[in-house]
Amino acid sequence: MSLTTAHSVVAPSSNAKLIAGTIIIAYALISIVPLLWIFATSFKTPPDSIAYPPKIVFQPSIEGYCNLFTTRTRQTPEYINSLGPATGFCDETVRKRNMVIAGPSNFLPRFVNSLIIAFGSTFCAVFLGTLSAYGFSRFKVPLADDLLFFILSTRFMPPIAVAIPIYLMYRELGLSDTALGMILLYTAVNVSLAVWLLKGFIDEIPREYEEAAMIDGYTRLQAFWRTVLPQATTGIAATAIFCLIFAWNEYAFAALLTSGTAQTAPPFIPTIIGEGGQDWPAVAAGTTIFLVPILVFTILLRKQLLRGITFGAVRK
Amino acid sequence: MAEIRVQNLRKAFGAFVAVQDSNFVVEDGEFFVMLGPSGCGKTTTLRMIAGLELPTGGKILLGGEDVTMRRARERDIAFVFQLFALYPHMNVRRNIGFPLLAQGMPSAEIRSRVEETAKLLRIDHLLDKSVSGLAGGDRQRVALGRAIVRRPKCFLMDEPLGTLDTEFRDLMVHELRELHNRIHATTVYVTHDQMEAMSMADKIAVMNHGVIEQFGTPREIYDRPATMFVADFIGSPPMNFLKFGGGLARGAKEIVVQGAKVAVPEVREDVSPADMAVGIRPEHIRFDDGSRLRGAIYGTEYLGTTQIVAVETADGIIKARVPAGIHLSPGEQVGLALSSARLSLFEKGSGRAVRTAMHDQAAEARHG
Repeated sequence: MSLTTAHSVVAPSSNAKLIAGTIIIAYALISIVPLLWIFATSFKTPPDSIAYPPKIVFQPSIEGYCNLFTTRTRQTPEYINSLGPATGFCDETVRKRNMVIAGPSNFLPRFVNSLIIAFGSTFCAVFLGTLSAYGFSRFKVPLADDLLFFILSTRFMPPIAVAIPIYLMYRELGLSDTALGMILLYTAVNVSLAVWLLKGFIDEIPREYEEAAMIDGYTRLQAFWRTVLPQATTGIAATAIFCLIFAWNEYAFAALLTSGTAQTAPPFIPTIIGEGGQDWPAVAAGTTIFLVPILVFTILLRKQLLRGITFGAVRK
Repeated sequence: MAEIRVQNLRKAFGAFVAVQDSNFVVEDGEFFVMLGPSGCGKTTTLRMIAGLELPTGGKILLGGEDVTMRRARERDIAFVFQLFALYPHMNVRRNIGFPLLAQGMPSAEIRSRVEETAKLLRIDHLLDKSVSGLAGGDRQRVALGRAIVRRPKCFLMDEPLGTLDTEFRDLMVHELRELHNRIHATTVYVTHDQMEAMSMADKIAVMNHGVIEQFGTPREIYDRPATMFVADFIGSPPMNFLKFGGGLARGAKEIVVQGAKVAVPEVREDVSPADMAVGIRPEHIRFDDGSRLRGAIYGTEYLGTTQIVAVETADGIIKARVPAGIHLSPGEQVGLALSSARLSLFEKGSGRAVRTAMHDQAAEARHG
């Protein structure tokens, strides 16, 4: 057999590459087209957004973003003409539709709520998860296996299954529609995931590191801080991303438990539809902005995430 | 530096007794090796001295101070782990300086101490390198650096050469001993490798199943094993055993092995009739056609200057170390002559060595 026809056991054949490539491209298209459509819609004018057949090429406009951040009232052309010159691009755009800006919309506060609740609960879940995982990993915890199973069992059903008791409980406790309540809830849901993920990572870190530090004059807490944590960063980052994605995207509890001051962006965005006609560009603009933080966070931590999801399958 | 005194030290994990009533003293500046097969309790003993495990019973005294229940960080000791435990997120300099940082030493002083230590270990050119890129031997030197930089009361080392290549290992054995000769630090070294133990130790404790079988100098342990386990564990190939029956009376100078009379060192105690064994090192066997102790050549292992010859006797295979020049063919009948002065006698049941003139002579030599 000549060298050229010898096949490698590790390199895939060209046919396999072709099939794999096709599947990946098809999957990527299916996943990314809706996102691109949302992004494109956010820059359409309301008539363009509902045009049929759908417009692929269009004149971009930021009207959707204007509408997203403002509330508007319809006025007569006479009234609008009686006003002074428009103060900005948004003002001008809105007047063309016989409307004036009445004030800022609730989008920004809702978006800030989302940030506070998602990052707050992620921090709490990862913080508690790291400490518990370390405890389970290093100490003789009575009934450790049962406790870990119990922690896992909280994920056996979708969290929404307990929505009604939680709703009643939160009402009694005064936690309904509070950021604290939402942080507690998302922390409770995520902490089980955090404990299990992080226990795996911490188990992989040899305990000799802490022992060496403790012999060298450090307390256990200092040893944990200086030797375990730096080596667990990969796991912590991966866990944080998983927790953040859940808390950021959560809709059902947010819709049920928040309505005013603590409302997050997911239940808020659909309400835009009702305000002054079906304003799809504003909805799309809200969705686009909503995607930004999680995208940035994931890109920042993607190296850790890639290493993290292999779960220490490859030893450093 | 300080002496380490271990008194009736005991450790049980549930029903499993890992260390049973150990007693030994490591004198100030001594290089002490705990030797034994894996699972014999040597590492557990070391970890109790370090304060990483609390004993179930007994006492540990460091420089006369009872530290049995003290925390590891309050004992002023240094520990070198088998896998070195170098922090991967720190470079060599920060790894070595890490124990000094704990004491709150000013950074300028840490710097000079770290550099001084690195020079001593000849790793000063590596100080700003990351530890993950280092070769095995250099990692070992960094781990040693982290141990000696603080000038602790004693060093504890848990199979520190276990993961090194044979080539590096021989080099590090030499370096470790040389380092010890220079700084005279009390050292407790745990290993399962008899070569490391014999070549480095001032004193050795041979452990098995949580019990110290023998405590002594390498010479004592090799020449006068206290138990059959020690005799079998030390030496390559290990000591040969030939069984013989009947009791021994004080003053006896001869035993009968497979019908052949064999002269032995004068017995200094009475032993009631039981299964007995005579132990003989391979190098103390000669071929002598006049001997009545006979066997057939089973195989040979050529080692260059010597060869190991396996001889099949009525009591199993016996290995003899003889000069490489002798030519032997399998199946050939040979007579075996044993060097009488170097024979050890054991009670087979307990494995205990019978006291003979050999022990007394050694004791006299020590005190005289």
